[in-house]
Amino acid sequence: MVAALALTTPAAAQDVAIVNAKLVIGDGSAPVEGGSVVIRGGKVVAAGAGVAVPAGVERVDAQGRYVTPGIVAAFSRVGLVEVDAVTGTNDRGAARSRFSAGLDIAPALNPMGSPVAVNRASGVTRAIVAPSASSNLFAGQGAVVDLADDMDMVTRPRALQFVAFGEDGSAKAGGSRAATFLLFREQLLAARSYARNPATLAEWGNDAMIQRADAEALVRVIDGTTPLFVRVDRAADILNVIKLKSEFPALKLVLVGVTEGWLVAREIAAAKVPVLVSPLSDLPDSFERLGATQSNAGRLKAAGVDISVGVFDDDDAHKMGYATQYAGNLVGLAKLPGASGLSWDQAFASISSAPARAVGMEGSIGSLRPGRVGDVVIWDDDPLELGSRPTAVWIDGKAQSLTTRQDRLRDRYATPGEGALPKAYDR
Amino acid sequence: MIRGVKGSLLAAVSLAFAGCAATGSDAKSAGDEPAAPAAKPVKFDKDPYPSTYKPYPGRPTAVRGVTIFDGEGGRIDNGTVLLAGGKVEAVGGSDTPIPEGADIVDGTGKFVTPGVIDIHSHLGDYPSPSVDAHSDGNEATSPTTPEVWSEHSVWPQDPGFSRALANGGVTSLQILPGSANLMGGRSITLKNVPSRTVQGMKFPGAPYGLKMACGENPKRVYGAKGRMPSTRMGNFAVNRATWQKAAAYKKKMDDGKVVDRDLAMETLAGVLAGEILVHNHCYRADEMALVIDMSKEFGYKVSTFHHAVEAYKIADILAKEGICSAMWADWWGFKMEAYDSVNENIPLVYKAGACTIVHSDDANQIQRLNQEAAKALKAGRRMGMQISDEQAWTWLSWNPAKALGIGDKTGSLKPGKMADVVLWNGNPFSAYTRPEKVWIDGALMFDAMDPKRRPVSDFELGQPGEGDVK
Repeated sequence: MVAALALTTPAAAQDVAIVNAKLVIGDGSAPVEGGSVVIRGGKVVAAGAGVAVPAGVERVDAQGRYVTPGIVAAFSRVGLVEVDAVTGTNDRGAARSRFSAGLDIAPALNPMGSPVAVNRASGVTRAIVAPSASSNLFAGQGAVVDLADDMDMVTRPRALQFVAFGEDGSAKAGGSRAATFLLFREQLLAARSYARNPATLAEWGNDAMIQRADAEALVRVIDGTTPLFVRVDRAADILNVIKLKSEFPALKLVLVGVTEGWLVAREIAAAKVPVLVSPLSDLPDSFERLGATQSNAGRLKAAGVDISVGVFDDDDAHKMGYATQYAGNLVGLAKLPGASGLSWDQAFASISSAPARAVGMEGSIGSLRPGRVGDVVIWDDDPLELGSRPTAVWIDGKAQSLTTRQDRLRDRYATPGEGALPKAYDR
Repeated sequence: MIRGVKGSLLAAVSLAFAGCAATGSDAKSAGDEPAAPAAKPVKFDKDPYPSTYKPYPGRPTAVRGVTIFDGEGGRIDNGTVLLAGGKVEAVGGSDTPIPEGADIVDGTGKFVTPGVIDIHSHLGDYPSPSVDAHSDGNEATSPTTPEVWSEHSVWPQDPGFSRALANGGVTSLQILPGSANLMGGRSITLKNVPSRTVQGMKFPGAPYGLKMACGENPKRVYGAKGRMPSTRMGNFAVNRATWQKAAAYKKKMDDGKVVDRDLAMETLAGVLAGEILVHNHCYRADEMALVIDMSKEFGYKVSTFHHAVEAYKIADILAKEGICSAMWADWWGFKMEAYDSVNENIPLVYKAGACTIVHSDDANQIQRLNQEAAKALKAGRRMGMQISDEQAWTWLSWNPAKALGIGDKTGSLKPGKMADVVLWNGNPFSAYTRPEKVWIDGALMFDAMDPKRRPVSDFELGQPGEGDVK
C-alpha cells in the first residue's frame, strides 16, 4: 500500500537550469547557440543567451544539443485510446449517447495508458485532445492535457468544442451539407434560447433539438468562451464555415483539416482564423479533398494564416511524435521548385507555440518564454530529423521517465532465444 | 428479407452451374468408356493476362559526383552511375569512364539508390478517392478465395501511383488483395509506370504471390457473419482443410489424371509447386511459428510474413527458416495483435541475420518508406547496433526484390540490372530530402525540376490542383 502510494506521488517540481544548449524558444525565432533556460517553481523564468543561473539551482549541461519546449500535439486522441479495436479501451466517441456537445472528455482520459508514455518519450509534453464526432455533428468538449507521469492529466478541461462539417458532418446531419448547416444553426439558436430562458427547454418537450447539457456547452461556444474546432476540407465548405461568424460573431473558430485551404488562403487569413493541418495529406482520397497537396501548409503560411501541424487522418492516439517528422518534411519541401514549405524556425513553431495559440493558451504553454510552463526537452539530435529522440524531458519542471512498455519488450528480446529460464522470467 | 433474396439468388446460381457441368464433360464420361482425347490432362494457360509492359525510351545518362548506395549494402562516395539501354551499365568511382554523348547529371551533395520496392501495397485495389465504388481489395464473401487475382481489381488511374513515384521513389510494388480472408487471392507485382491497362504495368516475369492472413481479421470478418472461422483455431482448421484439398488436386494433376479447372486450386497447386510465393499477413510471433509448421505439413514455403510486428520475438527462428519479415517502423496499438510493437523491430530482425523489409500497406506511407527505414535505423543505433546507411537500404530494395522473386532483375545497382534508380537531393535518410529524379528501366519518369515529368492521372485531369507539386 505504501509502495503503491509512493509510485503514484508526482515528483516535486525542480528548480533547474539547462545550460550550453542550442536553445529553441518555439516562437518562430532562430535557435540560440550557447543558450540557457531556467525553470523555477515549475515555470520558465528565463531563456536565451547570457542568462544567469541563480544560486542553488541545479545545472544540467546540454552539451550543445537542441533544447526546446515540449511538442504540443495540435490535434489528438492521446489518453482516450489504448487499443483502437478493443472497444473497452476506446473512448474517442460516444456513438450511442443521447448527448453530444455536452460530452466532456476529461473523465475519459487515462494518464496511465501506454500511449501517454510512448508519446512523451517522443517529446510530446502537451496535447490538444478532441473527441470524435459519432452520433451528432457536435463531438463534445475536448481538453488540453499534459503527458506527465502522474495521475492528473488535465491542463484545461472543456478547452474546445469539436464539430464536423463536410462529408462527415453531412452524414451525421442527415445526408447533405444543407442539413449540416441547418442543424448547426438550429442547435446554436436553441442553446441561445435556452440561455435566455431555461424554461423553454421544458416547453419544447419531446420536440427539443437539444439536451440541457448540450445547450449549456453550446452557449459557451456562442459567447466565445469555448473555441470551436471545425473539421472541414473542401474549399467551398471552408468559406461557408467562416461565414458563420457573421451570424454568431463571438465564435472563436479554429479550422481543422483544411485540405483545400490553399485555394482560399487569402479569405482564411482575412478572417484571422487559426488552422490545424495534417500537412502531408496529398491524395484526393475523397471528393472534398481533390486539391490535396503537401504545399498546403506552406501556402497558407505564406498567405498569413496562423498554421499548426497536427497528426490526424493518421494514428492520432499513438503516434503524436509524427509531428516532428511532418514538420521536418515541410522544411525539405521548401527547397523544391514549385512547392511551398516552411523554414525550420516556422516549422518548429507550428508544433509548439502555434497550437498553443490556436487553443488560446499561448500565454502558458508552447514556448520557453518567461511565465510559460516548464516543459523542456533535450534532444539527441535535430528534433525535426527522422528518429531523433529526447534524452531528457521535464513537464511542469518535473523530470520525466522516458521508459516505455515498448522499451521493456525490446530489452527482453534483445537477444532472441531462451536462456536457462523462459523469457517470462526476464525483467 | 435481404438475406432471403440473397439466399435464393445464390441457389439459382448454383443450379445454373450444376446444369452446365451436367451438359459438359459429364455427358461424355459418365458411365461410358472415356474417349481418348478427354483423358488427356488439360494444360491450363498459366499466364492468360500477360504483361504488355515495355520500358519507355531513355537516354544514356551518367550521374557523377554522387554518393551511391548500391542496394546490396555497398557504398561509393564521389561515385558515378551509368544508365544505358534501360540497364545499369556501370557503377564505380570518379574515374568511371562516361561514354560520348551521355547526358551528365551533377550529383554533388546528392545520393543515388536503387528504386524503392514496396512489397505490400493496395494501390489500385483501394484507390483514391476511397469511395465505396472503388472498394475492390477484399473479396470478403468466403474465408478462402485463392481464385481471385488482385490485378483484376487494380485501377491504373489511381493517383496514389504517382505520389509513390514522386515523393517515395517507388519503382516497383506488389499489389495484394486485402486481409479479410485466410487466403485472399493472388497478388501482382507492378512497375510503377502510368498505363491505360494493368497489363501495361505488370512486372515482366515476376512470379505471382498468394496473400494469406493470420489472426484477428479473418476471424472477425467471418465470425461476425456467424460462420467459420470465428477463432484462431478455426483459422487453422479452414486453412488446413483447404491445403489438404489443394494437395489432392495437385497430386491428381501430377499423376496425369483429368481434373476440372478449379481456379482456386490452380493457385494453391502453384504454391505447392513453388511457382507462386506466399505472402502471409501475420503479426504475432506465436502465430508465425504455427504457420511455419503448417507450411511444412503441406509442403510449401512462406516467402514473407507481412506486418510482422512481433518478428523481433522470433528473429532467430525466422533467420533459420529463411523467411523475410515485412514491417512498419513504429505502427502500433490499433489492435491487440499490434500491441507489442517496438521501434527496434526492424533492426533487431536485421541483426539476427534474417531478411528485413520495410513495407507500407498505406497510400501515404508508401511515399516515405525511406523515412520509415531511417527511424528504424536510428532506433537500432541507439540500442548500440552498428548499422550503416547503405546496409539499411537493403530493407528498401534488395530484400523486397528477392522476396518478390525479382531480385535477379532489379533491387540493386549492379551492371545488367534494370535501371530502376532514384537520385535524392540529399541523404535519403533525412527528413529534409526528396527524390529529385526517378528512372524506371532507364526512362526518366519523374523529375522534380521539370513539371512536365510529373504524371497526372485521368481522374485528376480538370480537377482542382491538376499537375500541382503534390
